[in-house]
Amino acid sequence: MTEHDHDHDHGHDHGHAHHPAPLAPIEARVAAIEAVLREANVIDPEAVDSVIEMFEHTMGPMNGAKVVARAWVDPEYRERLLADGTPAIAELGFGGPEGDHMVVVANTPEVHNLVVCTLCSCYPWPVLGLPPKWYKAPAYRSRAVREPRALLAEMGSPLPDDVEVRVWDSSAEVRYLVLPERPPNTADLSEEELAALVTRDAMIGVQRVL
Amino acid sequence: MDGVHDLGGLDGFGPVDAPKSEPVFAEDWERRAARATIATTLGLGIPTPRFRHSIERMEPAHYLGSSYYEHWVTGTATSLVEEGKTTQEDLDRRAGGHFPLSRPVRGVLEPVAPTQPRFVVGDAVRVRAWHPAGHTRAPRYVQGKHGVIVRYDGLHNFADAEAHGGGQVPVPAYSVRFEATELWGEAAEPNAHMHVDLYDNYLEPA
Repeated sequence: MTEHDHDHDHGHDHGHAHHPAPLAPIEARVAAIEAVLREANVIDPEAVDSVIEMFEHTMGPMNGAKVVARAWVDPEYRERLLADGTPAIAELGFGGPEGDHMVVVANTPEVHNLVVCTLCSCYPWPVLGLPPKWYKAPAYRSRAVREPRALLAEMGSPLPDDVEVRVWDSSAEVRYLVLPERPPNTADLSEEELAALVTRDAMIGVQRVL
Repeated sequence: MDGVHDLGGLDGFGPVDAPKSEPVFAEDWERRAARATIATTLGLGIPTPRFRHSIERMEPAHYLGSSYYEHWVTGTATSLVEEGKTTQEDLDRRAGGHFPLSRPVRGVLEPVAPTQPRFVVGDAVRVRAWHPAGHTRAPRYVQGKHGVIVRYDGLHNFADAEAHGGGQVPVPAYSVRFEATELWGEAAEPNAHMHVDLYDNYLEPA
């Protein structure tokens, strides 16, 4: 073994770089991409600032919570939502990329639903926004399909064995939203008050009881 | 490809670290990375499956050791190089250090034609076990496994073709339900089912 062996070569530099340069900081890598985009006349990254602002301000779990609360107070809406999610969600004004083919799965006393994307990070943007880091990280993606009960117990929602767990791996175009059960003793609450009870985690399915 | 991104069922990653809440972008570079990625895919007309494949081709240790927005940075830069807008050397120079990129494409475009559904809800199917070198949305953990069609989702552009320059070819897609024991054998949890969205081309009658 000599220092010229390629044990440390990560495969990008064959033919040169016997002493690879130190890794560039991530901020500098982002700046390099921005400069290429401008100088090669691909597009000015600032042109899509409005898309980023939508992720920050107008998309998020508050939208999904409105869908859930409506389904709790309006049985006909619930029926439409479960039969064909996309148009029912559009009734409340939500739709667009990563929400064009929505399927809503309902929790019941007998069934619990859990959503994952094992291959990447598919997530229903219009109703939940961008996914949290853990949803995109290997621990969740690897375990949700293999040991969903162990995962749910660790995350605070242990399931009795007589409750079936249904895992939905969003591997194609469909994006999923879990419809949690309405909590007991909420008959007096308004639709807005009900929406305030609904969490992002319940709509992904990692939280069973609200 | 049976890549490091195909995580379903792997052991060893430990507990899920899930804080109760977090900002949409934790740091400014993440926000700028998301913006640059959206700008690149829009500006160059890169279809989503192809962008996903640029991330799947990351060096495995880099993939597992970096956050999701670093994946986007790596896939975006790789796409810009592959589109001839920049080079490895140019990126290294601009970034002032090594800019790791993804490995080359190994997959080839398989001929595919638009098709009509061959299956209906309730049909028993087996997922083909062909383990392609290129992009696919058939996770390794269901290839070769038996399941039942539980939902027909209409025609969708076939990701495997679109990732490799085949354009938009509509094929049927379904939700397929698998028994936990079919996928995980003796390690399966009780009373559990996994559902995976699969294109018609992935399936054969069982």
